[in-house]
Amino acid sequence: MNFRIISALVLRYLFLYTRSPMRLVELVFWPVVDLVVWGNVTVFIQRNTNPAFGNEILFLLGAMILWDIMFRAQQGVAISFLEDVWTRNLLNVFVAPVRATEYVSATFIVGMLRITVTAVVLSLISWFGYSFNIFQLQWWLIPFFLNLMLFGWSLGMISTALILRWGQAAESLAWAIPFFFQPVVAVFYPVQDMPAWSQPIAWCFPPTYIFEGMRDVMKTGSMNWNYLGYAAALNILFMALAGWLFLWILNLTRKRGLLTKFATQ
Amino acid sequence: MPAPDDREIILEARDLTREFDGVKALDRFSFQLHRGEVLGLLGANGAGKTTAMNCLLGLTLPTSGDLFAFGLPLHQHRIAILQRANFSSAYTALPGNLLVGQNLLVFAKIYGVRDPKKKIAELMELLEISHLAKRVTGQLSAGESTRVNLVKAFLNDPELLMLDEPTASLDPDIADKVRKVVRKVQRERNIGILYTSHNMRDIEEVCDRVIFLHKGKIVCEGTPTDIVAQSSSTNLEDVFIKIARDGEIIDEPQKDKAP
Repeated sequence: MNFRIISALVLRYLFLYTRSPMRLVELVFWPVVDLVVWGNVTVFIQRNTNPAFGNEILFLLGAMILWDIMFRAQQGVAISFLEDVWTRNLLNVFVAPVRATEYVSATFIVGMLRITVTAVVLSLISWFGYSFNIFQLQWWLIPFFLNLMLFGWSLGMISTALILRWGQAAESLAWAIPFFFQPVVAVFYPVQDMPAWSQPIAWCFPPTYIFEGMRDVMKTGSMNWNYLGYAAALNILFMALAGWLFLWILNLTRKRGLLTKFATQ
Repeated sequence: MPAPDDREIILEARDLTREFDGVKALDRFSFQLHRGEVLGLLGANGAGKTTAMNCLLGLTLPTSGDLFAFGLPLHQHRIAILQRANFSSAYTALPGNLLVGQNLLVFAKIYGVRDPKKKIAELMELLEISHLAKRVTGQLSAGESTRVNLVKAFLNDPELLMLDEPTASLDPDIADKVRKVVRKVQRERNIGILYTSHNMRDIEEVCDRVIFLHKGKIVCEGTPTDIVAQSSSTNLEDVFIKIARDGEIIDEPQKDKAP
């Protein structure tokens, strides 16, 4: 791994954001729309239910913000790759002395930067607009962020691998893949309230432990450490599998001569 | 018989074969490129030039055969080899939404160029495009874009350069300037260049030696002058057309007379 090359690739993405203010708007616009919708729903429920549940329902805002962290991490990887496809720059990168690991690392960093921007904006709006302070999660927030970011990166690598294999026809997957997981990772409701058949599936994915943990922390101020352990272990497994899939498909595209089609698409 | 070239071999293909769905795009293709030599790879569309170039760049893996650059197996030492090589094609673009200077700076940093801003300025001056540094890449004309791509290709002082139709879509004036710059830099820095083009003027002016491909196989090889002399044609363009249509450089009745 060469950090000079990673920083050069990150610089290329940062130039892109400075050259295109609409991209910065996009980074903030949809998360804010989501937050306002969920914020208003939360206020509506609070006003029409008993005070105890009304207080509890604030977890919807926490869930929405944490979900967005994961989604932005995935987008950071997948959209960065698509930027190179859209600008027909992919061949320039792959005929330069850039290792696949360096390329992916640069997209991880871009993902992290995107998360930071989004998280700051959402935290401020949720605090001032809906009296929800994400920092009530205290230090738990750090492992929550890290675990969701790791899972987002894994999904980003999977999305990128599929686009590499099937070309721009698979582009919509870059946006869709996280939402395949949303119903089963207990983002907005506890696992115990999910249908019985889906509960074992939920526990197979790291975000489930994080969202369950978040609700515990908001309710009791503490959480089961085992949740963090399971989430971290599963994340390592998913990162390894996603990394292997990405490298395997990259090699497959070289074997089948599919990589060059990105020059002319 | 030409004297053997004793310059260092910097790029070599041995029995390179590449099949796509059972069709051979390259069929036991072998060649050597020496340091300081410009080798033209010619052939009609579908002859195998682009496939060869893609294999040499590591974008496509050959079905069989071996590739070496600077004496190293390409597949195992791809990154080290690409650090000493570069590529420019009329068919790839630098990101259109960045400024020319930004694009070049990114690639200079990827290649680890010392004092990248100075290097970029020197090369842009050489290619007479200094005024483009602050222009948006996507708004350049074909000629300007080609020259920006060439600046990118020269950034790391490559020992090996692969140029895929660098003068495609250029007007004769700009094409002439591009040829002269490529030749000048190539001579000054003793670069080995693999050059593909459909423009025979390019080939005659730039290439020391050419290989004609037809259906993935080498039909003939030599200096442009030698090839015309071997053929039943009067110029390289006619040789090109003859090979594209018949797969041979000599008319049937003349074959018996040929040495």
